[in-house]
Amino acid sequence: MSFPLLTATAVLPAVGAIATAAVPAARRTAAKWLALLFTLATLALAVAVAVRFDPGGDRYQLTESHAWIAEFGVRYELGVDGIAVALIALTALLIPFIVLAGWHDADPLETGSRRWRPTQGFFALILAVEAMVILSFEATDVFLFYIFFEAMLIPMYFLIGGFGDRAHEHGEKAASTQRSYAAVKFLLYNLVGGLIMLAAVIGLYVVAGNFSLQEIAQARAAGTLDMATSTERWLFLGFFFAFAVKAPLWPLHTWLPNAMQESTAPVAVLITAVVDKVGTFAMLRFCLQLFPEASKWATPVILVLALISIIYGALLAVGQRDIKRLVAYASISHFGFIVLGIFAMTSQGQSGATLYMVNHGISTAALMLVAGFLISRRGSRLIADYGGVQKVAPVLAGTFLIGGLATLSLPGLAPFVSEFLVLVGAFTRYPAVGIVATFGIVLAALYTLVLYQRTMTGPVKPEVSAMPDLRVRELVVVAPLVVLLLFLGVYPKPVTDIVNPAVQQTLSDVHKKDPQPEVEAAK
Amino acid sequence: MSAAAVHSLWTTAADPISKIDAPKIEYGQLSPTLIVVGAAVIGVLVEAFVPRRSRYHAQVLVSAVALTAAFAAVVALAADGYGTTKAGIAAMGAIAVDGPALFLQGTILLAALVGLFTFAERRLDPEAHGNRVDSFAAQASAVPGSDSERAAVKAGFTTTEVFPLLLFAVAGMLVFPSANDLLTLFVALEVFSLPLYLLCALARRKRLMSQEAAVKYFLLGAFASAFTLFGIALLYGYSGSVSYATIARVVDGTVTDVDPALAGTMGNDALLLLGTALLVMGLLFKVGAVPFHMWTPDVYQGAPTPVTGFMAAATKVAAFGALLRVLYVVLPGLRWDWRPVMWGVAIVTMLGGAIVAITQTDIKRLLAYSSIAHAGFILAGVIATTPDGISSVLFYLAAYSFVTIGAFAVVTLVRDAGGEATHLSKWAGLGRRSPLVAAVFAVFLLAFAGIPLTSGFAGKFAVFKAAAEGGAAPLVVIGVISSAIAAFFYIRVIVLMFFSEPRPEGPTVAVPSPLTMTAIGVGVAVTLVLGVAPQYFLDLASQAGVFVR
Repeated sequence: MSFPLLTATAVLPAVGAIATAAVPAARRTAAKWLALLFTLATLALAVAVAVRFDPGGDRYQLTESHAWIAEFGVRYELGVDGIAVALIALTALLIPFIVLAGWHDADPLETGSRRWRPTQGFFALILAVEAMVILSFEATDVFLFYIFFEAMLIPMYFLIGGFGDRAHEHGEKAASTQRSYAAVKFLLYNLVGGLIMLAAVIGLYVVAGNFSLQEIAQARAAGTLDMATSTERWLFLGFFFAFAVKAPLWPLHTWLPNAMQESTAPVAVLITAVVDKVGTFAMLRFCLQLFPEASKWATPVILVLALISIIYGALLAVGQRDIKRLVAYASISHFGFIVLGIFAMTSQGQSGATLYMVNHGISTAALMLVAGFLISRRGSRLIADYGGVQKVAPVLAGTFLIGGLATLSLPGLAPFVSEFLVLVGAFTRYPAVGIVATFGIVLAALYTLVLYQRTMTGPVKPEVSAMPDLRVRELVVVAPLVVLLLFLGVYPKPVTDIVNPAVQQTLSDVHKKDPQPEVEAAK
Repeated sequence: MSAAAVHSLWTTAADPISKIDAPKIEYGQLSPTLIVVGAAVIGVLVEAFVPRRSRYHAQVLVSAVALTAAFAAVVALAADGYGTTKAGIAAMGAIAVDGPALFLQGTILLAALVGLFTFAERRLDPEAHGNRVDSFAAQASAVPGSDSERAAVKAGFTTTEVFPLLLFAVAGMLVFPSANDLLTLFVALEVFSLPLYLLCALARRKRLMSQEAAVKYFLLGAFASAFTLFGIALLYGYSGSVSYATIARVVDGTVTDVDPALAGTMGNDALLLLGTALLVMGLLFKVGAVPFHMWTPDVYQGAPTPVTGFMAAATKVAAFGALLRVLYVVLPGLRWDWRPVMWGVAIVTMLGGAIVAITQTDIKRLLAYSSIAHAGFILAGVIATTPDGISSVLFYLAAYSFVTIGAFAVVTLVRDAGGEATHLSKWAGLGRRSPLVAAVFAVFLLAFAGIPLTSGFAGKFAVFKAAAEGGAAPLVVIGVISSAIAAFFYIRVIVLMFFSEPRPEGPTVAVPSPLTMTAIGVGVAVTLVLGVAPQYFLDLASQAGVFVR
């Protein structure tokens, strides 16, 4: 048997989580280094996955399959297509930066009980989230996917509720109340989504008799597995609801601004750049493959929701006074683009959407992490508390600008390529949708540049006059992200090469059921 | 003296009347129950003859050995094939020895063994006058607050009778799900109920509340028993028999020989429906289903916490076992009549338990309402009326009972000056003070909430899957919704423990003896094992999922 590379990629961070949690209370720094080491090792494995993956080969590669719970027809089945490889790479790439950026975020303020070890817990939870996210990208068994899709809520919940920004305008007590509110809101939204999906998962089992994505998709394509139209639609809705909460799509998005605002910047990045990607990824992998007809049936409504997300998110971002909330609403707008690309049902749209997931991850990480550094210096998240920062901390301001420009999809930076692809993909099928979506870009320019202008330019506020520039650790976090943004902006081929075949296959899944004879002949 | 000699005293005529056969008892197959009853009797003797200072140790030893031996007997019977190929009726038709019976007996015995550890815990309360004390009243008969109570405490009395009471209750519970006629069912019901009523009244702290709980439980329980008995009588009138198999045959209409004495009533559907309703009502009372759940919160709150844990776990297992057998063996022919009713009961139980739990401020009451919601989930599996329905219920019960005992064992640890600190506000910040205890409790809460990778999820998935396959998809959707509601209050406790600031005068976490540690450890281990690798136990449950008839 060959080396189970996919399992190893997911197990390594899980082992790291346990190891980090077990570090004694006094050895805080050791725990941090241990966590960083594990995330880097995971990155190495993820690179190995990407290298071993052959874009021209089978649809699912590096597959593993073991019996697990025969009673439920559940198997431990892993396999990656190009989309999954890209997202695993993104995850493994971002987590070391998240760890490094959050280096001091969980140092205990006061010594509580001897056994209270927040630092170890913080990094262990991040590693646990990484393990579960990677597994949910790898799982090709619906039940297996569901388990990690749901289970990752728990460590996320503790990360949001347990750790927040040091300084807060209303004092620590108010901060902790708001934090736990945000954490509970996050959990309840996602749990409800997940439980509704559970009903659909059970329904799928009753219809199909097993949970294997490949088997069900093949049986559907071959016509051996009949689903009543209404059944398929209900099941699709059950799945889509959960993913739309996670993604998040308007009107199920309201947990995201709270969660991102209250958590520390690295955790906010973890939520929006990594965990939320599972939602959009799952739309591509599960909704389209398992329920092609229902997906097409629901497309008009979903496109409208995506458009609303794009415009509404951008409009609200313009009006925010809180930096992190602004980034959160910007993300909602971007997730609208991703969903739009997926459900435009064109190859440009879906390639663009996948690329968008990667690029949005990197650009949001850059912007949010720099914003986090900024906030930690001044002790406030309010835009109005800043001004003239570029004069005192030019490097910080410069990287912040690059992150911001990436967010508004400036040509030459990575997100431009993906946003362009999504819009082209939408235009070719639904011109009106494409036109409306374009307004999102205009608004993005507005909220990003206004944010930059208000915080970085103008007269230096007295409170920021002594602000130090980026430290070495912070530079190590930001510089590679900026380089990546520039590189993928000029040369996105490495990612598109991996992604494109998988997108073609996904698309053919949806269209295979089309009545046109030439599609049947092609098959 | 031979049987014939006895008879000759009573008969004068030469014609021999038919001889009364000595009943044929399969002692081997009944050994789990017999061992426990025997040990309970020994426990009573220990109470009478062993000196006070060694009673505790003797009782714990006897109980632990008996429960272990009985469990070994169950395993031996199962290994011998009595759960599958050799399944049959024993004791002149009174007891069924089959898969569900053995599975549930095994579960009850293990739960009782773990429960016994929490009963025997003597390190939580501060020592009273140099004597180690457990959770039970020094002297049950002493009026709370009276001089005699103080004298009893001072003398270091402990109520070691709890151990034989526990064993008697266990014995009744072992018979309850395996009873194969209605009279045995009723006797078993009383045998396990009466000791539980007593145990509920025996709390060392908050004695008035405990006694109130016991009275409520007793009164309502007595009503439920009366209903059950009335139902049994009506079913006898309907079928002319108390045997499950015979009633089932009469329901199916395959009985031709009508008992002449009952010719007027036999086959009268009114009797059947009324009798079934009353009988099932009694059983639903025991499982704590809405609208027969009123006793649950009060009794769970007032009873000594180890008793609550044991009762919540083992009673539920036994009662659901009996309910399954009655519905699947006696009344399958009537399922078009009882299924709609059970649908309704399951729906109101799931929703009612989950919704009312949100407003609770006492951890024990919260867990009580949560147990009601769980009864609703299990009922969803019961309604499936498929083999998968049986095995999913068996699995759920096994998974649930260990989570429950573990959770209540943790509740015993969090204490302040007044004993256990059960008010939720006092649990604030527990995660800061005692991360380990809070983390363990969080694991139990997540299992209750049915988060994946815990036993609660595997169980919930099993029953919902069975229900969906049995054609109860709407029930699954409602189950999922009430799970979401229920998740809210489980999460609330976790928030309280981890994200709230500890109160300065908050409770402390007592360091327990290895007994409670074992109980909690077993709970955590079972919760995680059944969550991550449930395959073996699901197999076991599905092999055991066939009733003998």
